[in-house]
Amino acid sequence: MSRQDNNSLLIKGGHLIDPAAKINAPMDILLRDGRVAEIAPPKKVRGGCDEKFDARGLIVSPGFIDLHVHLREPGQSYKETIATGTAAAAAGGFTSVCTMPNTVPVVDTDAWVTWLRRPERGAVVNVFPVAAATRASRGHSLTDFAALQRAGAAAVTDDGKPILDDEIMLAALRLGAELNLPIVQHAEDTHLTEHCSMHGGPTSFRLGLRGMPTAAEAAIVDRDISFAQQIRESRLHVAHLSTSDALKAVRRGKRARARVTCEVTPHHFTLLDSDVGEYDTNCKMNPPLRSASDREAILVALADGTIDAIATDHAPHAAHEKQVEFERAAFGITGLETALALAITKLHHEHKIPLMRLVELLTAGPARVFDLRSRGSLQRGNFADVTIFDPKKRWTFEVSKSRSLSRNTPFDGWQFTGKVAATIVGGKIVYRAD
Amino acid sequence: MLAPSNSPARGSLLDIEHLEDKEILSLLQLARRMNPLKPRPLLRNKRIILLFYEPSTRTRSSFEIAAKSLGAITTLVQSSGSSIEKGESLLDTGYTLRAVGADAIVIRHPSAGAPHLMAKHLDIPVINAGDGMHEHPSQALLDAFTILEHKKSLKGLQVAIIGDIVHSRVARSACHLLTRFGIKITLCGPQEFVPEVAATLAPGLRITRHLEEAVRGADVVMLLRVQKERLAGQKIALQDYIAHYQMTAARLHLAKRDAIVMHPGPIIRGLELTSEVADSPQSAIMDEVSNGVPVRMAILARALGRAK
Repeated sequence: MSRQDNNSLLIKGGHLIDPAAKINAPMDILLRDGRVAEIAPPKKVRGGCDEKFDARGLIVSPGFIDLHVHLREPGQSYKETIATGTAAAAAGGFTSVCTMPNTVPVVDTDAWVTWLRRPERGAVVNVFPVAAATRASRGHSLTDFAALQRAGAAAVTDDGKPILDDEIMLAALRLGAELNLPIVQHAEDTHLTEHCSMHGGPTSFRLGLRGMPTAAEAAIVDRDISFAQQIRESRLHVAHLSTSDALKAVRRGKRARARVTCEVTPHHFTLLDSDVGEYDTNCKMNPPLRSASDREAILVALADGTIDAIATDHAPHAAHEKQVEFERAAFGITGLETALALAITKLHHEHKIPLMRLVELLTAGPARVFDLRSRGSLQRGNFADVTIFDPKKRWTFEVSKSRSLSRNTPFDGWQFTGKVAATIVGGKIVYRAD
Repeated sequence: MLAPSNSPARGSLLDIEHLEDKEILSLLQLARRMNPLKPRPLLRNKRIILLFYEPSTRTRSSFEIAAKSLGAITTLVQSSGSSIEKGESLLDTGYTLRAVGADAIVIRHPSAGAPHLMAKHLDIPVINAGDGMHEHPSQALLDAFTILEHKKSLKGLQVAIIGDIVHSRVARSACHLLTRFGIKITLCGPQEFVPEVAATLAPGLRITRHLEEAVRGADVVMLLRVQKERLAGQKIALQDYIAHYQMTAARLHLAKRDAIVMHPGPIIRGLELTSEVADSPQSAIMDEVSNGVPVRMAILARALGRAK
């Protein structure tokens, strides 16, 4: 390696929060050759370094992991690319992102999984593809889980659509159990949500929009958890959980010691169905924004440990796909650059969830869900993925400055407390705030 | 291309929900001074586009006659036979009509919120002539106008709205307007048509499943059509509906003796009402149609700043 290629970095003066290692104290951290070399109390690191990062007044955390992003490649690079999407991830403090397979074509072969991981894609953070669970995500026949896993798939899902067929879901869980591969479910009984564009409640009634009942999500989560309990060692992950009833099912599964995990999005712990206001398509996503009681249940479950991870469901869309009639508008919003700010502003400052728990939801929690080895914690020898943030910094999010190719966020102009200061992937600084 | 202005142009009429009480009253007052038989050239040379993405008889013809009675030039654009068929977006159609020289756009659209989208991006008034299941503001205004022809005031009246509320933009607009002026509304129909959530639309709405309860003592009985085109897979047994909810002469007897029967049309005789009721002296259904013209004259005059 050439001399200019700095391969060691000392992060000094910061306060380390590493939930998996149970550390919540001032620590200096030495990164070398892409790994964590040393962790020691302030000024006690012994090894030398090529470069230093002054983290005084900042929180140092294991790199954030997002279990659920849509980076739109292959096929829809007008919405986002791996390069632009991972740049947005870096700006949001995420050092690893798990990409959903509902691209064009669907990522349902090992060749596409390999394609996603190639250096030519220009990723600036780690990309863990989640592959399709069924061919073309049509729900009829399972993909080759073993081949997908060998190529690097972290899990399988038909995200965007549910795996509705009982036999297919059972078969997926069985095969997943053999391979120790999580099955990620987009829980939506689509028989109950046909023609629906938002949550069913007073707002949808007022706006004259067909509403999705909460039962459409809860029914599938209920069923899947019963299946997971039947199949030893099967792993079920509930994507973007949004309802109080689905949480009840997850609690039941966890009590019964089923290997069930779940994630929630920042928009579901922040916004309500009423925020759709007068047909704001930046508040249209699936699952939809829910009622106050659903959000309340999510806040409780984030605090008490029922929820394993915060995941963004970053879903970029072009302007012409959003500036249309509400019912015709694409589902989904971007989320990578606002996730930490929403978590700190809403969960920590407003709802008093400790930073330790919040960091767990962004690091150790998601690392466990997909078994991302040597990530989610900064123990010696682990990958040198680090996120450094200022939990007190006040700032305003301006979508015009977003690194994403798309602009579909409801948070433009929002004032936040808590901002990413730097993002380090494999020991290299990939994002630094101005 | 016009920059998004975000707030609708002055004179737009998107819904009743956000229309102030005093604007409602002034529109009703203005409508009373409008008479299609005595045309007033208030809108001479103004170009009004009637943009209709859904079939319509009453609303379209009465907007057109209203506009022409005020001296405006009207052009009808329908989804079939226009670039809409070729896949042009709603906003591009709006920009195009603006560029052609439209001074106002009257829009009927199957998607709720379509007029709001257009108004957010255009600098000319947009008038909602019915958007999906959302609102039909000109209908609510002409309904209030019609009630006031028959009753001294709105305050204290009892109105029964019977039928397919969930799919009805007429019902939503009527609920917003009438409850604001002290009318007590009872919504009546089966669960599929009148879900419990309907009561959250406006303060003081009551729901009953029993027609007799809704009609007893009512001053106004408003009937709605069963909207087969919006049922989207719902299975409603029409025979059951007729048995429980069809307005018959006998059932109408439960209402006040001077009660009026209203219906936004089109009526389906033998389904939501019998011919006897439709043609009875208590029926104000044709009054509603006639009143549509002066009310829409008022709406257009206001839209183009000629509310004299």
